[in-house]
This record gives sequence, structure tokens and C-alpha cells, in this order.
Amino acid sequence: MDRRTFMKMVGATMAGTAGGTLLTPRTSEAQKAFEQKEFHSILIDTTRCIGCRRCEKACAEANNLPIPDISEQANEAIFEKKRKTSETAYTVTNLYETEKGKVFVPWRCMHCNQPGCRSACLVYAIKKRETGHVTWDANCLGCRLCVYSCPYDLVKWEWYGTIVRLQKCNLCYGRFLKGKLPACVEACPTEALMFGLRRGLLEEGKRRIAQNPGKYIKRIYGEFEVGGTSHLYLSAVPFNQIGLRTDLGVKSVPEYSLVYLSAVPFIAALVPITCFAIARVVRIEKDAIRKELEKKEGEEKKKGEEKEKHK
Amino acid sequence: MSAEKTEKVEIKNLRDFWSFFWSELKPKGPIFTPFNIISAPVIVIGLALIVYRLAIGLGDTTNMNNDFPWGIWKGAIVMSGIAIAGGGYTLGFVVYITGMERFRPILRETVLFAFLCYVFYAPALLIEIGRWWNFQNPFIGYEFGVSSVLFIVAWHFVLYMITLGIEFSPAAAEWLGMKRVRKIVGATAVGAVALGVMLSIHHQAGLGALISMGHAKLHPLWYTEFIPGLFFFSSIFAGPSMMIIVSSVTQKVFSNRVDEEYRKSHADIVVGLGKMCAGVMFAYLFLTFILAHHEHDLQYINTPMGYWWLTEVVGLGLIPMLLFINGVQNRNLSTIQLAAILAVMGAALNRFNCAFIAYNWFLPLEARYSPYWMEVVVTFGITFLMIWIFRFAINRMHVLSRQPEWAAAIDKH
Ligand code: SF4
Ligand code: SF4
Repeated sequence: MDRRTFMKMVGATMAGTAGGTLLTPRTSEAQKAFEQKEFHSILIDTTRCIGCRRCEKACAEANNLPIPDISEQANEAIFEKKRKTSETAYTVTNLYETEKGKVFVPWRCMHCNQPGCRSACLVYAIKKRETGHVTWDANCLGCRLCVYSCPYDLVKWEWYGTIVRLQKCNLCYGRFLKGKLPACVEACPTEALMFGLRRGLLEEGKRRIAQNPGKYIKRIYGEFEVGGTSHLYLSAVPFNQIGLRTDLGVKSVPEYSLVYLSAVPFIAALVPITCFAIARVVRIEKDAIRKELEKKEGEEKKKGEEKEKHK
Repeated sequence: MSAEKTEKVEIKNLRDFWSFFWSELKPKGPIFTPFNIISAPVIVIGLALIVYRLAIGLGDTTNMNNDFPWGIWKGAIVMSGIAIAGGGYTLGFVVYITGMERFRPILRETVLFAFLCYVFYAPALLIEIGRWWNFQNPFIGYEFGVSSVLFIVAWHFVLYMITLGIEFSPAAAEWLGMKRVRKIVGATAVGAVALGVMLSIHHQAGLGALISMGHAKLHPLWYTEFIPGLFFFSSIFAGPSMMIIVSSVTQKVFSNRVDEEYRKSHADIVVGLGKMCAGVMFAYLFLTFILAHHEHDLQYINTPMGYWWLTEVVGLGLIPMLLFINGVQNRNLSTIQLAAILAVMGAALNRFNCAFIAYNWFLPLEARYSPYWMEVVVTFGITFLMIWIFRFAINRMHVLSRQPEWAAAIDKH
């Protein structure tokens, strides 16, 4: 190996490693945030919800969204369909016919402990705040990978208009900073929604399950689902009967991209070097073959000349 | 002919450059060909629609919605486009790194094609993102999402575009008669290729990693942990397959620009590429089936989505592979070309499936996504514009022919 190639290789290694470290994801960030922080949560007791939709109205008022009609007749019509959240409604309440009768279920961004939407975002426009709120900032460029990767399909994009935004529940982060409760929790007449620290709410949920034998099924939805979420559900019937997906597993969405992310720096460092090495070997090989050919040709020429001389 | 003219021109200052450039802008062939008559209005309408979309938003110009956030702009133009541009790095690797010189005649064409693909996806992405005025944020913004797959993909996308530009720049320098520049960029070849291979592995696989984050909403037959690997593999055969098609077309259409050496070796090159594609496709399909079996997804085979999966994997996967093998054994070019077309369609269909067909597949049919006419027109407009530029370059530069003597002389030193 001559000096030039050596320098090239050293250069490539350095560039590769530098690029690798520069572009190496700090994958553990989400986990760290998750381990150290006390997140805030809402415990949703579906046995207490009466389907009054006051949370929906309060949410719309707090977030400058179109105010829904929550009169009795309107509700009756609305509950006929299963609604999804949308860019104009951060929270929706749906009615499910279950083995134990009618159950109303409020439904909004789950505020995952390790949100898929956040790990998707290439500019961190979506943030998991230290307080547990998953919020959105205006440096977003609208790639909508967050919409693609939310396991619950709860990130909503505003499709109409030029200056568009991302719309979803932010657990009333603005109100929280002012020391107020989330608007929906404040509006709920039956305390079906309860705001507090996640740890405390998990305990409260378990206490309710223990103190009312037979009333609840013995699990809290959101304790482990997709790595744990901040909206926690108590239910009297199996969760899949009230529209909560039970097939998602406990692995958080960011973990699905971990294999790739951890391979990135290695590829960055190793591939160029391997390429140079192969190119070098091939070159040496080719040179050798060429030299041999030249030598042979030269010898033959000499022989020919000698023959001529002899003649 | 321009080729001879270029060798005489030596550009010394900006004025020379502009006058030369102006003279070169004149069309080189007949203007009213069927292709031009069809493509010109599509391009004009497409450009108008792009302006319209930037002004009024995505809702009125596309059929995308919150259930299907990615439509054909991402699925067709970007995702499958990147896959079929994969020839840029595979052939670069084959020629420059492993030293298989017999593929060299096709190399410049491949690099040009790949480069144009990337250059034209960038604006396609620009109209695709919702808040396009923020597009620079991942690059010069104040917040970098370093643990986001898309962040890595975006960076490698841009870096690779530059790398491809460097790889192609010798041809441009020859066209402009810039000897000094030609000398400098000519020396970077191996380095640029090695860098390009690395960047390509990253973003080809990265696109797969993006898809794997939608695991909760992707049909189990398509979702596997190894999507990044599958995306990478399929780009290795989709790229060369595309080049079989492109080179066969350019051989015919630009026959006056093709030099003797390339014309003679074209059949060999196609057979060689066919061999390569057959091998890689075998590995890809093997992996696909193993993964489907391993993850117990084969239980879905007997459903509508299962049939669709078979269409992709057997109809546009296994069959083209067998055709490739057959064509290579009999040295039958038309079989190989047919196989290449099917293989490219298969790879593209795979991307479509991941972006919107197998995504949220449990929704009822009437709620599913199908492209709006404006999306289709814009897609075609961008593609046609790309073909125009491709033609422009081929007609003026040494793309299908050997470099001029003076450039070859520079390379020797
Ligand atoms: S539920 Fe969806 S939007 Fe809400 S934090 Fe989790 S991934 Fe993000
Ligand atoms: S749409 Fe905006 S918030 Fe969502 S991932 Fe893209 S840049 Fe981030």
C-alpha cells in the first residue's frame, strides 16, 4: 500500500467516523426522559362516563376549535357513528355496545411515554415535554411521518388551506403552565377524567380495581401498551370491546427503528473503507496481470528478433 | 455535430460560457415529435398545478387525508423513484470498485439517470410537504431530530444528490471544455463512488425503516422487522433493471449519439445486468418468503390482501426472476427486457403498497386512497420534464459515447 492510498484510507475512516458520530442518533434520549421524569396523565374511568360530551365542548373552547353542539338530540345522532379525532376535534367520545351494556369512551392522543410521532419528527417539532405533554411546534415542515407512525392514528393534519398546522391534543400544555387543569378534566361532571402524576394515577386505578371487585377488568389500558401511555383507561369490559387496540404489544414505536439507527454509524465508517480496499486489491491484481502480459509480449518480441538475427 | 464543436471551445470567462450555453439551448432534433406533443402540455399543466398546490394547500389538490397521509407523490415519485435510481450506486460499485470494465459504457448514462431522478424528487418533496416554507429546517434549522430516521434519510438524500452531481460532472466539464475542472473532478471518481455506496445504503434502507414505524397500521404480510434490508435489496435489482430498460431505449432513440464500442457491447451488458438482477432477486424473494413464513403471515394468503401480496411477490417478483434466468441462458434480449420491466413494476408496487395500499388496509374500500387527477398529472409532468433534461444532456454531452481524447489523456496521468 503506497502512501497516497494509505492517506486516502485514513481520510475515509476519519470522515466516516466523524460523519457517523455527527449523524448518530441519540437513541436513548427518549428512554432517559422516560426513566427520570414524572409524567402527567389523565385516568379515564369508562364506567363513570355518561356521554355528555362536555369535555369535547370545553376542549374546543380552550383550543379555538369549532364548538360542537352537545344538546341531547345532537348527541343521539352523533353516537350512531364511531368518530375519529380530527383537525377540528381533539377529543371525541364514542358509544360502544358491550356485553355489559352501553359504554362511553373518550378518545384522544394517548401521550405515549416514548411517542412514535416524536421519534418520527426530523426537526423535533413534536416534543415529549419533561412533564409528559406531547406538543407541537411551528418549525414543523409537514412531512406527516408522524401521522404515518402514530400507532393509534391520532395525529391529525390540517389538509385545507395554505398555512396548515398539525392538530392534536396537547394535554393542555398552555393551561398546565398557568397552573390550570386540562379543560376536559375541569368540565367533566362525573370525574370520569382525573388529572395527576402518572405514577399516582396508576395507583389510584389499581385501588379502584381492588376496592370494587367484579366491577372492572383487572388491567389498566396504557400501563404497558406501546411502552406505556399517559392516558390510562379503566374498563368494565375487555378493552377490544370499547375500541382500544389490544394487538399493539408493549414495544414502543421508536424501538422499531432502532436496528436501523444503530447500524448507521457502522455503515458510515465501514462501507467506504471496504470499497477502497476492494478497489485497491482489484487494481493490484489487474496491474499484475497487465505486467505479466507485457512481459510475455516483450519476451516473444525478443525471441522473434533473435530469430530474425539468426536468419 | 456538437461533440466536435465542444472540443474546440475552451471556456475562459463567464461571457464565453453564456454564449456557448445559449447556443446549446437550441433544440437538437425535430420539434414536433409525438413525444413532445404529448409531454409539453402535460409539463405546462403540471407546473401550473404545482403553483396552484403551493398556493392553496394539499386538501384541494390531492386525495390524501388523515387515514392516508402519504399518496402517490411520496409513494410513486419519491419512494419508488429512489429505488429505480439505485443503478447509480450499484453500477458505480461494479465498475469503479470491483473493476468490471465491461459495464463502463453504460455507466455515465446510469449516473445521469440517477442524478436526474434525485434532482427531480427534491421539488416533488417540496410540493409534498405541508409546510413547504420550512423545508430547510432539517438542514439549517435550530432543531435537529438526530434520532429520527427521516432526518438521516433527508441528509443522505441531499448528500447523495451532491455526490451524484460530482460523479457526473466530468461529462459536464467535457461538454463545456473546462480542462482544469475536468482534471479535478476526474480524480475524485473512486472516492465519490465509495461515498455514494455508503450514502445509498443508508437512505435506501432508511426508507424501509420509516415504513417499519408504521407497523401498527401496515398489513402483516408487508410488515417485517427487516423492511430496511428488503428495501435495500430491492433497490439493487430495481436500479439495474431500470437501466436495462433505459439503455435499450436510448440505444434506439439516440442511435446517432452512441459510439461503436457501446453499440457492440450493449447486448453483453444487458445479459450481464440480467444475471446480476436474477441473483439479487433470488436473494430478495428468498428473504421475503422466509420472513413471511417465519412471522406466521402466510395465514393471510387466502384473503384479498394475500392475493395482492402474491401479485407483487410472485407475479412481479418470481416470474421476472425466472424470465431473467431464462433470458440470460438463451442470450435472449427481449426476454431480459420484459423481465426488467416486470421487475421494476414489482419494486415500484412494493413501495406503493407500503405507502398507501397495504397501509390502513382494514378500512373499508370506499375510505381507501386513490390518487386525484391533479396528483397524477403532476407526477407525469415531473417525469416528462426529467426525460426532457435527460435528452438535453444526451444530445450534447459524451454520455453514450467515449470521452473525448483530451479527457482520456487527463485520466491517464
Ligand atoms: S398517541 Fe400518537 S400522537 Fe399521541 S403521543 Fe402517542 S404516537 Fe404521538
Ligand atoms: S409533519 Fe411536522 S411534526 Fe410531523 S414529523 Fe413531519 S416535521 Fe415533524
